[in-house]
Amino acid sequence: MCAVTSPRDDDGVGAAVRQALSVSVATGLYGVSFGALSVAAGLDVAQTAALSLLMFSGGSQFAFIGIIGAGGAGAAAIATAGLLGARNSLYGVRMAPLLGTAGWRRALAAHVTIDESTAVGTAQATPVATRAGFWWTGLGVFAAWNAFTLLGALLGDSLGDPGKYGLDAAAPAAFLALVWPRLRGGRAGRTARFTALAAALVALALTPVVPAGIPVLAAAAVAIVVGWTGAGAAPAGAGRPGPGGPEPT
Amino acid sequence: MSPYTMTWLAILAAAAVCFALKLLGHLVPEHWLADPRVARTAALVTVALLAALVGVQTLTTGHHLVVDARVPALAVAAGALALRAPFIVVVVAAAGTAAVLRALGM
Repeated sequence: MCAVTSPRDDDGVGAAVRQALSVSVATGLYGVSFGALSVAAGLDVAQTAALSLLMFSGGSQFAFIGIIGAGGAGAAAIATAGLLGARNSLYGVRMAPLLGTAGWRRALAAHVTIDESTAVGTAQATPVATRAGFWWTGLGVFAAWNAFTLLGALLGDSLGDPGKYGLDAAAPAAFLALVWPRLRGGRAGRTARFTALAAALVALALTPVVPAGIPVLAAAAVAIVVGWTGAGAAPAGAGRPGPGGPEPT
Repeated sequence: MSPYTMTWLAILAAAAVCFALKLLGHLVPEHWLADPRVARTAALVTVALLAALVGVQTLTTGHHLVVDARVPALAVAAGALALRAPFIVVVVAAAGTAAVLRALGM
């Protein structure tokens, strides 16, 4: 997705806003599956809506309901959601100097600092277009994500057995799509692929013997060892959102 | 405390943690997180968590390793991703595959 600049739009704001709106609609539609999966995992409609309103980070939300749905402890769900949300800190570091906000606006900017808003914002050529791209994407995705989460939760509530519709396969497919763009590339991609394989094997090996939620957390330890000891170059997209690829909140 | 209340508390705590992490990025001086090891580790932690979730949600039920309709569904999802299909197509194709296989009795 690249910003097309028309001759009448020399500051790039119009292109940034159009890009923001298309990203918002695409991401919002994916909110339907989050809403349906959340009620399938045993949360009610209000809890599902609260996650999208207050947590507002797709990867963290899917992980949270996955662990609660598997019978995991609240602490494991909180820790996993937090670890998956840690990349938003790095996005904030990048966006803060570009936005130049303070006070309540800074708090609002923080809340809508996600993969999409950072990707659209940093893809723009001028400072004013960067700010427009970030805010329109952040607030647009927020509106669409919450509206479609509610729709999905209400639909999911009336569907019955989620397995009949393959919804239990939709969740791992969504995670695979989230991780996919991070596995591409040469040396950095190899490190990421090795980490992914090791993490999945560790989690599967631990599943029969430890409480639910712990296997996924243990997999994070694999990454911390690999990352901190520098067993490879920085993976594609280190500290920045993927430029293309399907990579929702 | 009821499980329902516990879930609410976990939701509020996890949301607070996620917001605090976002705000932290906006507040800390840039050089604090400039160490390349921080960026590399954060990116790999994301990869590891997502890969572990793929494995656990495809191949386990409770504490048991299970092979069922989710495995071919994930293979279809991987095929769609290799063909650069949009996110929603990947998810719907996987769900549709599992739904059809279950309707056929798998």
